[in-house]
Amino acid sequence: MRNRIICTLLLLLVMVLPSAGLAEGVVNVFNWEDYISQDALDLFTQETGITVNYMNFTTNEDMLVKVRNSPSSFDVVFPSDYCIERMIHEDLLSPIDFANVPNLQYIDHNLLNPSYDPTGEYSVPYMWGTVGILYNTTLVTAPVTSWSVLFDQQYQNNVFMMDSIRDCLGVALKYLGYSMNTRDPLELNASKDLLIKQKKDGIVKAYQVDETKDKMVAGEAALALVWSGDAQYAIDLNPDLAYVVPDEGSNIWVDGMVIPKAAKNKANAELFIDFMSRPDVAQMNCNEIWYSTPNVAAIELMGDDYRDNLTMNPTQEIVDRCEFFLDIQDFIQIYNTMWLEIKSA
Amino acid sequence: MNQSLSLPSWMLWLLGLFLLGFVLLAVYSVKRTNGIRRSFFASPYSLWMVLFTIVPCVLIAYYALTDANGAFTLDNFRNFWDSNYSVNQLYTQMGPEYEVLIQRGTVNIGILVYSLWMALLCTIICLVLGYPAAYFMADRNIKIGSILVVLFIIPMWMNFLLRTIAWMTLLEDQGLINTLLKSLGFHSVQLMYNDRAVLLGMVYNFLPFMVFPIYTSLTKMDSKLLEAAQDLGANHLHTFWRVTAPLSLPGVISGITMVFMPSVTTFFIPRILGGGNTMMFGDLIENRFLTEGNWNLGSALSLIMMVLILISLSVLRKADPEGEGGGMI
Amino acid sequence: MRKLVKRGYLALILLFLYIPIIVLILQSFNAGKSRAKWEGFSLQWYSELFKDQAIMKALYVTLSIAVIAAIAATVLGTLAAIGIHAMRKRPQAVMMTMTNLPMTMPDIVTGISLMILFTFSKIERGYITMLLAHITFNTPYVILSVLPKLKQMNKHTYEAALDLGASPTYALVHVILPEISPGVITGLLLAFTLSLDDFVISYFTTSPMVQNLSTLIYSKARIGIEPTLNALSALMFLALLVLLLIVNRRASKPAKAR
Repeated sequence: MRNRIICTLLLLLVMVLPSAGLAEGVVNVFNWEDYISQDALDLFTQETGITVNYMNFTTNEDMLVKVRNSPSSFDVVFPSDYCIERMIHEDLLSPIDFANVPNLQYIDHNLLNPSYDPTGEYSVPYMWGTVGILYNTTLVTAPVTSWSVLFDQQYQNNVFMMDSIRDCLGVALKYLGYSMNTRDPLELNASKDLLIKQKKDGIVKAYQVDETKDKMVAGEAALALVWSGDAQYAIDLNPDLAYVVPDEGSNIWVDGMVIPKAAKNKANAELFIDFMSRPDVAQMNCNEIWYSTPNVAAIELMGDDYRDNLTMNPTQEIVDRCEFFLDIQDFIQIYNTMWLEIKSA
Repeated sequence: MNQSLSLPSWMLWLLGLFLLGFVLLAVYSVKRTNGIRRSFFASPYSLWMVLFTIVPCVLIAYYALTDANGAFTLDNFRNFWDSNYSVNQLYTQMGPEYEVLIQRGTVNIGILVYSLWMALLCTIICLVLGYPAAYFMADRNIKIGSILVVLFIIPMWMNFLLRTIAWMTLLEDQGLINTLLKSLGFHSVQLMYNDRAVLLGMVYNFLPFMVFPIYTSLTKMDSKLLEAAQDLGANHLHTFWRVTAPLSLPGVISGITMVFMPSVTTFFIPRILGGGNTMMFGDLIENRFLTEGNWNLGSALSLIMMVLILISLSVLRKADPEGEGGGMI
Repeated sequence: MRKLVKRGYLALILLFLYIPIIVLILQSFNAGKSRAKWEGFSLQWYSELFKDQAIMKALYVTLSIAVIAAIAATVLGTLAAIGIHAMRKRPQAVMMTMTNLPMTMPDIVTGISLMILFTFSKIERGYITMLLAHITFNTPYVILSVLPKLKQMNKHTYEAALDLGASPTYALVHVILPEISPGVITGLLLAFTLSLDDFVISYFTTSPMVQNLSTLIYSKARIGIEPTLNALSALMFLALLVLLLIVNRRASKPAKAR
C-alpha cells in the first residue's frame, strides 16, 4: 500500500514538473479575458509557425502588478489607455519598430499619437469604445440625452452604476461640466457630494461591473452605466434596450497593444501586433467580441450593419465630446478616498 | 506607486536572527523533555512556518511602518484612524482655498466596525442554526449520521464563487424566487443588493464550519453520561443544559473561531450579493492594495485586523483552556 | 413526533445548502449562454467542456495541487502535532500562536505577503509557488485536527509501549498513529477541501500561465459565466457524491459485519 502511494506521488511529481522555458517561435500574450478571436490566434500560428502562449488578466491594476513583478514573462500586453501612460512613465515599455508593423496604415489616424502615448511609439490601438447609458425603452419613457437621468429620483432603485472609481466620478464630473481628469479637489468634492446624494436617495440599485449586461437583459433595472461593447451584447439579446452617449460628453477608451521592455521575443511580438492590425484579422476579432475596431479597412469589411450602428461605430461628433482617461498618478489617492466615502455612505 | 522590493540589510539580519531563534527553540525543547525526542518532530514544521509565515508577516509589518520610499513612518496608522490624513496634508500643501475640504474621515473605522458587526451576526446565526443541526446529526444511529456528514461536506467542495453566483440567480429581482412569487400572485420582493443578502451568503458559506466542530465534540461525548444523568432523575432539558451543552462547549468555541475570523475578512460576497452597496474590510484591503496601489496602508490595515483577531482568539481561548476544541474532527 | 422534527429540521438545512447547487446544475442544461434566459434543454455545454483546453488544464492543476498539498501538509502537520504535544507549556504556547497566525491573516494578506516573499527571493512564480502556498495554509488546519486526538489519547500508552520494549519509532507508528488516525484523516480531507476551493491565495502566488479552477472562474465571472463551468460543477458534484458514498459504504461495512 505504501509503495503504491509513493509511486503515485512520484508519478504526479514527474507530471507536474514545469516543462522547460521558451522555445524558438513563441510569443507570450497577456490580454483581457474573452477579448480575442480564437480563430485569429490559430490563423497566426498557421501562417507564421509561432506558438501563442495566451494568458488572461481581469483588471488593469492586476495586470500592472504582474508585469512589474515578472516583466520578461510577457511579449505583448493589452493595457487600457491610462495604464499605457503609466507604464510609459515607469519605463516598462519598449518602443515599437514600426518598420515591422506596416499594417499600422489601416488604423484610424485620429487614434494615433493619442494623449496617453503622445509620441505614438509605444502602442498600437486594438479596440476602443465609449462609456454611456444603457436603458430599457419599455421602462424609460422620455428620450435619454443627458447624464441627469441617472440622478433622477424618478428612477429610484432602478439604476446600475459601475463599480469603478474613474467611471463613476468621471460621469459626475462631466455632468457638472468638469474634465474627467481634473486635479481640482473642489471639483472632485462636488462630484463626490453628487454621487453620495445619489446613493443616499436610493437611486442606485447596485455598483457592479460585469454582471450588469446580463441583468439588463433580464430587466433588473431601467438604466445602467456601461461600456459600449457590453451595451451591444445586451441589445443583441434584448431588443428593448438602447444605448446613448449623453450630450455632456463621456469617456472614450482605447485598449492598445504594447511590448514590455524585458520581453524575450520582441520580433515575434511585433509580428503578432502587425497581424492583429490586418483588416481581415481585425474583422475576425471584431465579429467575435463586438467592440469597436480602430481599423478603418476592417470597418469597411464589416458591412453596413456595423457602420450604421451608433453603439459600435459612433460618429465623429460623438467622439469629439468624449475624453480619454489620463493617468492621474498620485492623485489617485484623493480619488480613492472620495470613492471610499461614496461606497460607505 | 513603485513598490521597492529590496530589503535593507538590517532586515536581513533580523530575519536571520528569527531563524536562529527557532532552531534554538527546537533544540531546547528536545533537551528539556527527558529524552523523548518527539518534540523534535515539530522542527521541520517550525522551519517551514518561519519561512512562509513569519517572514511574510515581518514583511507586512515592514510595509505598514514605512512609506512608499521606505522611510519609517506612522502615517499609515494615522490614516487608519483618520482616513483623510494624507489627503488633508495634500490639501494644505496645495493652497488655502482647499482648506474648506479638510475634515476627518472615518471610512476605515466605519468599515471595520461594520465588518465586525456583520461577522458577529453571521456567527450568531450560524450557531443558532448549526447547533441543532449538529445535535440531531449526532443523535442518529451511525449509518445515517455519516451519510449526513458526507452530504454536508459535498457543497463545500463545489466552487464557492459559482455557488455564490447561483444565489444571485435565485435572489435577483427577476430571479427564480421572485419569478415564483409573481406566478403565485405576490409582489416581487427585493432580496438582493442589501445587507440581508450579504448575511445570507456569509451564513451559507460558513455554516458547515460551525456544524462540524460541534458535531465532533457531540459524538465524542460518552453516551453513558447521558444515561447516568437520566438514571439520576434529570429530564431531557436538564440533561441537555447540565451535561450535553458544557461538554460540547469546546466544539462551539472551535466553531465560533472558524466562522468569525473568515467572515470578518470576506470579500467576494458583498460585491456579488450586496451589489457593491456596502464595503467590508476585505474589500477595503483589496482596494488599498490593488486599486489604489497603496501597499503601505493596505499592510497597516491588515496588521490591525490581525491584532484584533488575535485578541478575540485569546479571549475565546479563556473559555476553553484545555484547548480540547474539536477542530474539524 | 420528535423524530419528525429532527428529520424535518435537518432536511431544511440540507435544502438550504443544496438549492444553489441545484440551480447550478439546472443551468448547465440551458441551451442559451446567458444566465438570464432559459432557451431550452441542451447537452452542448457538456461536450464543449471536454474540448475546452483551458478548463481541462485548470482542472488538472487544481486536483494535482490539492492532492499533493494535502498529503504534504498532513505529513508535516501530523509530525508537528506530535512534536508540539510533547513540548513543555511555554514552547508549546509559542508554537500554537505560530500555528494560529496564518488563520488570523486574511487570505488576501497571506497571498500578497507570499507574493512579496517570492518576488524578493527571485523565485519565479508558477506551479511550485502555488503549491508551497497551499501547503503553508493547509498545515495549521491539519495540526488543529490532530492535536485534540493527541490530547484525548491516554498519556501513558506511549510510555507503556516503550516500557514493554518497543523502539520509539515502532511505538510511534503502531501505537500513536492508529490512535490519532481519525484526526489525521480529517486533517487530510480538510486540507484537500481548502485547496480545492482556494482562490485569493492562489491568485497571488501563481503566474497567469498556471491557473487553477477558482482563478479561472473568477476571471471568467467578469465576462459572464459560461455554462461549461456549470457543466463542470455538475459533473464534479456527481463524481463527489458517488465517491463519498462508496467510501462511506466501505467504512461502515465492518461495523455492520460485527
